[in-house]
Amino acid sequence: MTAPARFNRPARLLHWVMAALILAMLLIGVAMVTSLADYHALVALHRPLGILILMLAVLRLANRWRRPPPPLPVDLPGWQRRAAHGSHVLLYGLMLAMPLVGWAMLSAARYPVVLVGPVVLPPILPQSPILYAALRQLHTVLAYGLFGVILAHLGAALMHGLIRRDGVFASMAPWRPHRAALPAGKT
Amino acid sequence: MTLLNDLAGAPPGMSPRALLLRLAAIGALVGTTAGTFAYAGGWLSPGSLTPARVVDRFEQVNGPHPGFRRNHAKGLCVAGAFTGNGAGVPLSRAGVFSAGRVTPVEGRVALAGGQPYAADAGTTVRSLALRFRLPDGEEWRTGVNNIPVFPVRTPEAFYEQLRAAQPDPATGKPDPERLKAFFAVHPESAKAAALIKARTVTSGFADSTYWSLNAFRFVAADGGTRAVRWAFVPDGIAAPETAQAVQDDMNYLFDDLAAQLRQGPQSWHLVVTLAQPEDPTADATRPWPAGRETVDVGTLTLTGATPEAAGNCRDINFDPLVLPDGIAPSDDPLLSARSAAYAQSFTRRAGEAKTPSAVTGAPHPGAGL
Repeated sequence: MTAPARFNRPARLLHWVMAALILAMLLIGVAMVTSLADYHALVALHRPLGILILMLAVLRLANRWRRPPPPLPVDLPGWQRRAAHGSHVLLYGLMLAMPLVGWAMLSAARYPVVLVGPVVLPPILPQSPILYAALRQLHTVLAYGLFGVILAHLGAALMHGLIRRDGVFASMAPWRPHRAALPAGKT
Repeated sequence: MTLLNDLAGAPPGMSPRALLLRLAAIGALVGTTAGTFAYAGGWLSPGSLTPARVVDRFEQVNGPHPGFRRNHAKGLCVAGAFTGNGAGVPLSRAGVFSAGRVTPVEGRVALAGGQPYAADAGTTVRSLALRFRLPDGEEWRTGVNNIPVFPVRTPEAFYEQLRAAQPDPATGKPDPERLKAFFAVHPESAKAAALIKARTVTSGFADSTYWSLNAFRFVAADGGTRAVRWAFVPDGIAAPETAQAVQDDMNYLFDDLAAQLRQGPQSWHLVVTLAQPEDPTADATRPWPAGRETVDVGTLTLTGATPEAAGNCRDINFDPLVLPDGIAPSDDPLLSARSAAYAQSFTRRAGEAKTPSAVTGAPHPGAGL
């Protein structure tokens, strides 16, 4: 039995929805901390989006566990294979860590974590200014880290799609790939 | 070019020209993404005013006072409760206004300015910061001051005013020429300063009226909104400031309040002023015309005072945009800027070592109690 050459439909849908959400989230985050006029509007968007991303990330991991992704091309050099594996561990780790660190730091600062209207999440840490200060710093460092990994992921995906043309990009592409874009024997 | 083909993992059939074009396209896409991030983060507009620069200016003007708020640095924690009388229910769906609903409140009285050890003075702006704790984790935080209007209209003017009003080290007073130049550019601030100067200064924190200054919107159960401002009006009769020529107690305003609270609770009515459509909501320097409809929506009663310490009002950011469902921001540009600058100040002081406040709230020697 041959492995499926494409990610399943839920995986592709989750990937592209989350790609848009996470990029928007990083832009909102980096913009809000330097903005006076739009600070409040952006923070009010940042909190519920973060929790949405956390929920989608859990869903996505569950789907990935149930339906493992297609294997990488056999001719992929070992270092690229390791880089692909490592960057995906980082991506999933940060997708989960960023919202949790955000929620935890707001809890330590005793800010109500307002999602929408009267819906407020409970605190997940005791009140502690020192803990808040450390987590707030961590949130920034992890955000830059996540953006860096996303840039590498984007570059690598485009290398696969435009230059190697080995079916890796096509396996996650939102559109149905041409037969030629998939590795022979796996269609 | 076969080396490049090998490195890039390109199929042998791809011409060097096609490979380079594709590599350039990839570089452009990744670069554009990084550039968008840099643009959003303000790296391409280094001259714009940011929360960090506002708080930097507080630190320049007041000197470093690690661990303390960058503004309203000298304060005392207070606690009590708010009891709604039901009159606010048609205006706002926030549960805090329900008739008979008692909401626990913790707060902080403070003096404006970034000097935590400055001596109390009658004309220094007094503030009351409050944190209403509603059911299910909702909160209403508000900071109100004993001035009828705010001295500036925009965050940029606030930033300029901090520098213009900085005391000259030689005289201890702001340079009149600098202030004059500031008021020339900001006539709205000159008018506000006159209103602030003309206010009645009362004998202490307990008999002061505190105004919201900024406008907000009350959202009713049916979704209808009204622009409002609010004030906490003392229950008792306000005594004029006594001509205390020499105050031997550096903290007399705070110590007086603590002593009054030891004798009994102190109450204020929360009075909401309803705007007419023509009233300015985005200009905190302008009062609304006298005679606007007001609604007394309940009573704030403070019952005790405690010095700032770990876990109490010291560690709370009284961000005026922490609002429950039923109260929303207006279009006043100061609101978002206050929220941003408070967050910046809070983040900085949260990570700094703490020094005890000058205000202990204890009876001072010779008080004869």
